[in-house]
Amino acid sequence: MATLSVALTGNPNTGKSTIFNELTGARQKIGNWPGVTVDKKVGYVRHNDRAISVIDLPGTYSINARSPEEKIVIDYLLEEKPDVVVDVVDASNLSRNLFLTIQFLEYGIPVIIDLNMMDEAKKRGFKINTKILEQQFGMPVVETVGRSSKSIKNLLGVFTDTVMSNYHNSSIIEDHIAKVQELTANNKNKEQVEEEIIALRYALIDQIMAQAVTTTDVGASTSEKIDRVFANGFLALPLLLLLIYAVFEITFTWIGQPLADGLDGLIGDDISPWIEDSLVSLGVADWLKSLVVDGVVAGVGSVLTFVPLIFTLFFCLSFLDGTGYMARVAFIMDPIMRRAGLTGKGVMPLIMGFGCGVPAIMGARALDSEKDRMISILITPFLTCGAKLPIMALFAAMFFPDNATNVVFCMYLVGVVMAIIMAKVLNITTFKDEESTFLLELPPYRMPDMKTVLLETWDKGKGYLIKAGTIIFAMSVLIWFLSNYNFDGPTEEMSESFLASIGAAMSTIFAFHGFAAWESGAAIVTGILAKEAVISTMGILYGVADISSDAQDAVDTASQLMGSMGGSFTALSALSFMVFSQLYTPCVTALGTIKKETGKWKWVAFAAIYTFAAAWVVSLLVYQIGSLLGFA
Amino acid sequence: MTLKDATPGMTVKIESLEHSSLKQRLMSMGLIKGTTVKILPSAPLGDPMAISIRSYNLSLRLADAEKIQVSAL
Repeated sequence: MATLSVALTGNPNTGKSTIFNELTGARQKIGNWPGVTVDKKVGYVRHNDRAISVIDLPGTYSINARSPEEKIVIDYLLEEKPDVVVDVVDASNLSRNLFLTIQFLEYGIPVIIDLNMMDEAKKRGFKINTKILEQQFGMPVVETVGRSSKSIKNLLGVFTDTVMSNYHNSSIIEDHIAKVQELTANNKNKEQVEEEIIALRYALIDQIMAQAVTTTDVGASTSEKIDRVFANGFLALPLLLLLIYAVFEITFTWIGQPLADGLDGLIGDDISPWIEDSLVSLGVADWLKSLVVDGVVAGVGSVLTFVPLIFTLFFCLSFLDGTGYMARVAFIMDPIMRRAGLTGKGVMPLIMGFGCGVPAIMGARALDSEKDRMISILITPFLTCGAKLPIMALFAAMFFPDNATNVVFCMYLVGVVMAIIMAKVLNITTFKDEESTFLLELPPYRMPDMKTVLLETWDKGKGYLIKAGTIIFAMSVLIWFLSNYNFDGPTEEMSESFLASIGAAMSTIFAFHGFAAWESGAAIVTGILAKEAVISTMGILYGVADISSDAQDAVDTASQLMGSMGGSFTALSALSFMVFSQLYTPCVTALGTIKKETGKWKWVAFAAIYTFAAAWVVSLLVYQIGSLLGFA
Repeated sequence: MTLKDATPGMTVKIESLEHSSLKQRLMSMGLIKGTTVKILPSAPLGDPMAISIRSYNLSLRLADAEKIQVSAL
């Protein structure tokens, strides 16, 4: 028998993704819809000897093809004609959810109406008569409770047993469609017609609701009570800061960092020597051994150690997202963000930027307008990502041992201030004609579904593993080659290598910044490939064998480096170098993501060049003004 | 009065929506003439505001709320 194709549709916040994840588990493929950066999720499951493929279409409030998501939904349903279309409806929020249902029926697409979150609906005092609902629409109605396995099994049975061709629009729906067609045929102003049709749909919904739903007043919901503390009162902002602090504490102190240290130790103490011994016993040439151990293992290893941090951060953010708190973050922060020309919804992607720019740039997808998306993407590179943190920690420990934490904190501030300034500038120049909007549902607080949180974490985090295996791998080989060879072949002296020549060329433009040594020039060049490489390049060039990427080991490493580096930097030129590193061109992975998200090389070039220019100017100011004030 | 002028705790009825780029989206979300709206407490800085409509909660900026005419119930 042919595979049964099922499409899941519905509003955002209806538990649709939870149903999808519970149905298909890990048997899913996540890709992209052609031409747009909207996730395309397909999963597979067997039931009663039938192979079923399930597609999770983007959650939308309507299908007027206004946004890429809405266009995807309607195009897919009309062109691919899946065997079964399921409209997942939040039973506790029936009225607005049925708007989409009616639009499907207007298009002649029969749907199974899945009343999800029936438990929540009951708690909130709604009694829904599914039999009447079935009669009113003429479509099958099924009840589910999000993640209950009984519901899921029942749902699978409905998929295989329902013959959609047996269902036809009820006479009420047919009458409605006739009215819509009549309105459309009348040659009136198109906008006015659309508005009248919307009003007609809600009139029909109100009529159906009056028949099928009875409501008892149960007073303020738990969500509203939680909101009084977390979203409305004077505690809202402090609590938000506390939660962000907690996320960073969990990521960098409690869970992520210890795991990262363990992995770092494993690679440095066990895997690397083991590979070296194996290569020696195989009798391979010295250059090959050096390439593998000093190049590939060291390079790829330095990125792999960041993987636990990233996964922990994404887990925390996915979890918070699942609770519904993220919508409150946008709600609380909107007035503050608006001053910088952004919207409240932009907070979360930017917070992610402190972990890594790549997911932050991807996270900008969630924003409503093109303008908000573009500005968010273009200012993200200024933030202190996890790979820049070791640069800051190390330099601060070396040159400002008494004030290290304050100096690092100032670097974070420099990044944030630059991001705000650029947002403002972009807002009144490049994007001045476009509008920024804010209209956001505040979904009820819920306990997140763990399977969904874990799958999301994996989906977002696996990009790092791919990064380690591709770009970083290639880059490690390249840096190894550049630092060990020159035009005459292999060289023992790194100061005569290609990398030294490139670094020297680069450092000429930093003559008035206080850090004109070729070593810093080389570190800046490799830093464009990956920010992790700034410190590891300096380590190789200044002859410190093992530089840990761990901020907490910074002090030990600092004392080792101080001996060899102290001559190249003063406190002031170190500060200037830190500011430059904080702000300049994002790594190639981030640039690649900008290409993917904006679709234009123009924006990649812009992001690469304007950040470099801004970094150059600001770090020059730091050094020159500092010198004038008598610092050294 | 407009939705912007309504204070938390009030229940109002939508009378009309002024033309704006957001109008159709607002209507699709259920803000239709005659719909009752309960005003919820605003964000800590007073803007955006939050409303309860058709048994869900929605937040919108005061600048957009100003374009919605309502009457007190």
